[in-house]
Amino acid sequence: MASAAMQEEQVKLLGFWFSPFVRRVEWALKFKGIEYEYVEEDLTNKSSLLLTSNPVHKTVPVLLHNGNPIVESLVIIEYIDENWKQNPILPQDPHERAKARFWANFIEQKITEAARTALLTQGEQQEKVVKELKEAMEVLEGEAAAKLNDKTLFFGGKNGLGYVDIVLGWICNWAEVIEEVGGFKVLDPQKQPHIHKWMANFVEEPLIKPTLLPKEKMVVYFQMVRQAYLGLAAKK
Amino acid sequence: MAAISLQTATMAEEVKLFGTWASPFSRRIEVALKLKGVQFEYIEENLSNKSPALLEYNPVHKKIPVLVHNGKPVAESLVILEYIDETWKHNPILPTDPYEKAIARFWAKYIDDKLWPAATKVLVSKGEEQKGVTEEIQEQLKTLESELKGKKFFGGESLGFVDIAANIIVFLLVAQEALGLMEILTEEQFPVLHEWYQRLVDDAVFKECVPPRERHLGFFKVRFGSSTASK
Repeated sequence: MASAAMQEEQVKLLGFWFSPFVRRVEWALKFKGIEYEYVEEDLTNKSSLLLTSNPVHKTVPVLLHNGNPIVESLVIIEYIDENWKQNPILPQDPHERAKARFWANFIEQKITEAARTALLTQGEQQEKVVKELKEAMEVLEGEAAAKLNDKTLFFGGKNGLGYVDIVLGWICNWAEVIEEVGGFKVLDPQKQPHIHKWMANFVEEPLIKPTLLPKEKMVVYFQMVRQAYLGLAAKK
Repeated sequence: MAAISLQTATMAEEVKLFGTWASPFSRRIEVALKLKGVQFEYIEENLSNKSPALLEYNPVHKKIPVLVHNGKPVAESLVILEYIDETWKHNPILPTDPYEKAIARFWAKYIDDKLWPAATKVLVSKGEEQKGVTEEIQEQLKTLESELKGKKFFGGESLGFVDIAANIIVFLLVAQEALGLMEILTEEQFPVLHEWYQRLVDDAVFKECVPPRERHLGFFKVRFGSSTASK
């Protein structure tokens, strides 16, 4: 009986080792205790499985559940939360859910996107985006100051880790990489003490700690990506 | 006793929507509330003179739409749609199956992340750039059309989350007409999408939530008219 049920739950994740969007999905799967097969994709030689599973965007992460593909990291995390009911990631109350989604969108549009653009640009273009990133970090710090304290370490509240933590978590492994490669600050511990403290707690979480990659490995990779983008931009 | 519980029931459902008449994002919320038969108070905002209430309810973005339910605010149109669906469970907007729901969310996100920026760009760009963006929009419409695959609506038999999000297309077509732009959605190029579009604008609820046509055409002419030189 048990093995039949287990056979039904075929979960595969297509990813790149350096992708923060893939890592989020892994955190969500691990948070729920879901067994999955991880498949490392080659960015320069994408598998036919990837291309048929995500024909619109042709990128990772892709979650395949019993052969059905789900794409876009935030969509995947909500799918995981709704399909496997243990250890809820989003709150139960509709208003709390709406607030969690609001902050996840804020992080994605104002912080993740800005950091990514700043990593791939220079000069005035980079300066403009870095300024926007700083402003967004200040807004997030305000929310962190309001929500987090000695008893409430994470945005998930009394449940511990939650949706917003999983969505923001990339900052813990990638911020220092981006700072070194891009030559700008993502986080200022003086100006964002609550976020800084949240990061220190996040990286110590038992399910997060083993997933963190050494900075040096990522710096090498993202240096290459930045040079490639700047090179392309110069040709235009 | 009965009188008190009736009063409590009406007191429990205080719903306000802060919006603007020409915003597709604001109109999305009207569609959802009307589909569910939810009574609400509509507050028209003046975006060049935002009300203290709006600034208090959406301090982060200071934007409409904002839904306020029993004093608690919800912002961001797709977030509001999900909130409405989870709070008033009859006439569902999203599918109940998690996989179908994920697909709906994917397409709504596609519309907001890809179609919306392209749509705003096409209104302010000129000449070759405008032509390029128009082609980009047509590629996106082609992609969306393939998702319809023989269904009446993206939501199936009745209009749902993705159809509501796709109201951007309706607004884009009014803008196209107002500014005399190159035709974006023709029956020849997009037969399936064209039929869907006709169903959408004929839908009893949806058509109540579209800005009045003449006023809307005038809005685009005033706002974007001077910047077009597509001919």
